[in-house]
Amino acid sequence: MRKKRLSVKKNKFPDKTGHYGDLGGRFVPETLMAILIDLEQELKNALKDPAFKKEFRYYLKDFANRPTSLYYAERLSRELKTLKVYLKREDLLHTGAHKINNTLGQIILARRMKKTRIIAETGAGQHGVATATVCALFGLKCVVYMGAEDVKRQALNVVRMRLLGAEVVPVQSGTKTLKDAMNEAIRDWVTNVKDTYYLIGTVAGPHPYPMMVREFQKIIGQEARQQFLKKEKKLPDYVLACVGGGSNAMGIFYPFFYDASVSLIGVEAAGHGLDTGAHSAAICKGAAGVLHGCKSALLQNADGQVQNAHSIAAGLDYPGVGPEHYYYKKIGRADYVAITDKEAIGGLKLLSRTEGIIPALESSHALAYLPKLARQVKGKKTVIVCLSGRGDKDMGTIQEVLDHESH
Amino acid sequence: MNRIDLKFQQLRKAGKKAFIAYITAGYPSLEATEALVLALEESGADIIELGIPFSDPMADGPTIQEASFKALENGTTVRKILDMVRAIRRVSNIPLALMTYYNPVFHVGDAHFVEAAAAAGIDGLIIPDLPPDEAKELRAACLAHDVANIFFLSPTTTAARIAPIAKASTGFIYFVSVAGVTGSRKSIPAEIARDIRAAKKVTDKPVCIGFGVSTPEEVKAMANISDGVIVGSAIIKEITKHSGQKDMPARVAAFVQKLSSAL
Ligand SMILES: Cc1ncc(COP(=O)(O)O)c(C=O)c1O
Repeated sequence: MRKKRLSVKKNKFPDKTGHYGDLGGRFVPETLMAILIDLEQELKNALKDPAFKKEFRYYLKDFANRPTSLYYAERLSRELKTLKVYLKREDLLHTGAHKINNTLGQIILARRMKKTRIIAETGAGQHGVATATVCALFGLKCVVYMGAEDVKRQALNVVRMRLLGAEVVPVQSGTKTLKDAMNEAIRDWVTNVKDTYYLIGTVAGPHPYPMMVREFQKIIGQEARQQFLKKEKKLPDYVLACVGGGSNAMGIFYPFFYDASVSLIGVEAAGHGLDTGAHSAAICKGAAGVLHGCKSALLQNADGQVQNAHSIAAGLDYPGVGPEHYYYKKIGRADYVAITDKEAIGGLKLLSRTEGIIPALESSHALAYLPKLARQVKGKKTVIVCLSGRGDKDMGTIQEVLDHESH
Repeated sequence: MNRIDLKFQQLRKAGKKAFIAYITAGYPSLEATEALVLALEESGADIIELGIPFSDPMADGPTIQEASFKALENGTTVRKILDMVRAIRRVSNIPLALMTYYNPVFHVGDAHFVEAAAAAGIDGLIIPDLPPDEAKELRAACLAHDVANIFFLSPTTTAARIAPIAKASTGFIYFVSVAGVTGSRKSIPAEIARDIRAAKKVTDKPVCIGFGVSTPEEVKAMANISDGVIVGSAIIKEITKHSGQKDMPARVAAFVQKLSSAL
């Protein structure tokens, strides 16, 4: 893939006002502005505070089980022929996905801010579970908003959240998926802003959330970069990750940002196909827009109404994307492609069969891009795939697909 | 002069407060909205806010959410709303402000949107998810077309933000009575009088109170401490109650009459 020269100076984004170029920002009701300004300051202090860093590192290691391994997928690589594939095993973390990195960081921050009630939105339920988990860990009240549609498709995660003591509120409005859960969480937040902390699960939302979630997820890329250097004595040619809101992708991309030789590829959900209108590919098919507090790529109609997203992976089923990804796209630092529902199932089967690892449907989108990439490259190339989560939660969906295939 | 500014000038001279009515455009239909605007003017509304329905109304409670979804289902678009505004302008000079989320504005471009709205006869814009911090382009466009740019103050607004928001706001300042979404509540917090006084110290622009006002008693109490009162969800509920009846606009107007006469 072609490399463009980057005109970005180190650590210049987001800028002081929370923008990535003209993206990002804070598009929220006035009632939330004070808490966002406060949160930004608290975050700045925390990131500089050795006590915060120590506590965060402690829980990442002893509770969540970091560092995760960088695993050489030998049989998969042999099958792909032209690619040597490493998997960054976020699926091995406690609760089964990368989401726990971020929830640990934010819960420690919320406690420093003396907040007593935590709310969150969730799509696949992974962020909801990760939030319910850290709330149980610290004995905080937890309310999770989840689209009624997702409550059905991710029923197991609903049981987990309830076991962990969270109240799960099924959201009946709109498309009954992640975006509606986020609307409802924002309504709760704006009403209970005094004692409530909104724990957003991805690199979206108003500033400082996109930056904060990146800071808490960048451990993925920091570890992967070091581990790869140690094993291969060089940098990888490609880094691949699925993109819903974009937190696992930003987590692994960001530490490679200044390694110009490394191609970063984000994989969006093409659902039934990019031309069907039933997909979640905000960057590939959307236009600039404003939703849930930030300016970024957005699926919308000619009147600026937000369009329904679709993906077989509930965690990717969102019409927007984090602003920093759209920024990377615009400055040419990362490329974004899309994988259909069907191709993602293929990716899931491929990894299950070749490596004995059943990936989450979200991560399967990144895996499904491997055979396509393998056909494009010249010579032998190295690649790291962010295996953002494990597939246990998806067995209901997979069973339906398999039943359907055998008929 | 902008119709909103003119209205407040007249009200001030007469020692009166403004009654501002919110309705969702296209709910239950655009024809009904047109009839409602004229009926509300008759029943004492000084300014009318026309809500552009949005797919993701994150600052609204269930009543206005429901109205927005119905209006969208009916095929309501910005273009059709502006056509209706043109029709209203043939017979009425009531000040009209559009209340919209930012994306429908941003999507067509701030300058383009404001120009089209002004040409149709719109006097002001109220955008709950666009604080002045992000509104540089919109403010320039509003200034160029003499459209009021109405910003919000909230009980949570820090002291440092009050003056810049008051300065940026034109037409009037929208004071949110409580931290929360639109819709009626059991009570309005007592601190509101203190908050309004704090705002009044830094500005002589009209300050109007909205969110959760639903009874004549509340209208009276809020008007006593401000320059005007905004009622939305309570009116939408009344529309829903009489929806499908031929005389719906007249019945809603009678309800609004009770509220506005409490001023
Ligand atoms: C395993 C897994 N991967 C990826 C995602 C997508 O989120 P993001 O793009 O923020 O990483 C989710 C979301 O629920 C998930 O559960």
